[in-house]
Amino acid sequence: MAKLKAPIERPLSPHLQIYRLTLTMLMSIAHRATGILLYFGTILLAMWLISVATGPAYFAFVNDLFSTYLGRLLLLGYTWALLHHMLGGIRHLIWDTGVGFERKTVEILAWTTLIGSIVLTIGVWLMGYWVRGGLS
Amino acid sequence: MTMRTPLGQVRGLGSTRAGTSHFWWQRLTAVANIPLTLFIVFSIVFHIGTDHAKMAAYLGSPIVTIALFLFIVSSVFHMGLGMNTIIEDYIQHEGLKILAKMASTFFCIVIGFSSLFAVLKLSFGG
Ligand code: HEM
Repeated sequence: MAKLKAPIERPLSPHLQIYRLTLTMLMSIAHRATGILLYFGTILLAMWLISVATGPAYFAFVNDLFSTYLGRLLLLGYTWALLHHMLGGIRHLIWDTGVGFERKTVEILAWTTLIGSIVLTIGVWLMGYWVRGGLS
Repeated sequence: MTMRTPLGQVRGLGSTRAGTSHFWWQRLTAVANIPLTLFIVFSIVFHIGTDHAKMAAYLGSPIVTIALFLFIVSSVFHMGLGMNTIIEDYIQHEGLKILAKMASTFFCIVIGFSSLFAVLKLSFGG
């Protein structure tokens, strides 16, 4: 049998390290990562709801915890994770209908998820500070 | 030891009709989560800095309680299904897999029912 030579030497069994990192790959990983963050983030929501149900003292305590730099950082991360996962999830739901798999569309959806989540997060936090009446 | 292949062993036993159940519930709760998330995010943001009495009254008002209730049920179900997928993907050892799924289910149930209890308490009378 004549020996056919492949035009380019390609790896026979690709591994994770061989793929070039692309934005769409990153967004796929981000969807799972934000899902995990949200999973544990529900502790924050539960804590806060229970604090309101318990009474003014515990409510003030939890509010103070959330107002620290670490608390705000956690809440900022939670907001971003939620909005990013929501947009990424909508992208998944669009794919579920069988459309949006063209390379260009996939690229647009990935950028929309990333930029949209950042813009929405900033928007929500600006609104929050505006409701609060300043940057305190 | 059996000479039969795994496929041969199950062939002909019929479908359990549960093949798409996980996928279906993951998508159903995903769709429900979209409006619920938006509602919850904006209702919390617009009440930042509110004192305890007003916050308790707001969260306990029927519409908000119903929205919170649905959000909690839908997202706890959704995240439990999602975490099961993640566990199946990364944990190969059969025993550990079962333990991890058990722990995750317990976590979801504790978080879910504690949150629901808090919301219902606010709604049914402080
Ligand atoms: C806001 C609207 C949301 C939408 C549209 C949404 C959508 C989705 C979709 C479509 C998936 C499946 C992804 C796949 O099959 O690869 C998924 C996975 C997941 N979601 Fe959500 N979700 C939402 C909110 C949430 C919330 C609030 C939580 C947690 C409290 C959460 C936690 C998870 C987890 C843990 C996974 C599994 C991740 C994975 O398998 O990679 N999601 N979501």
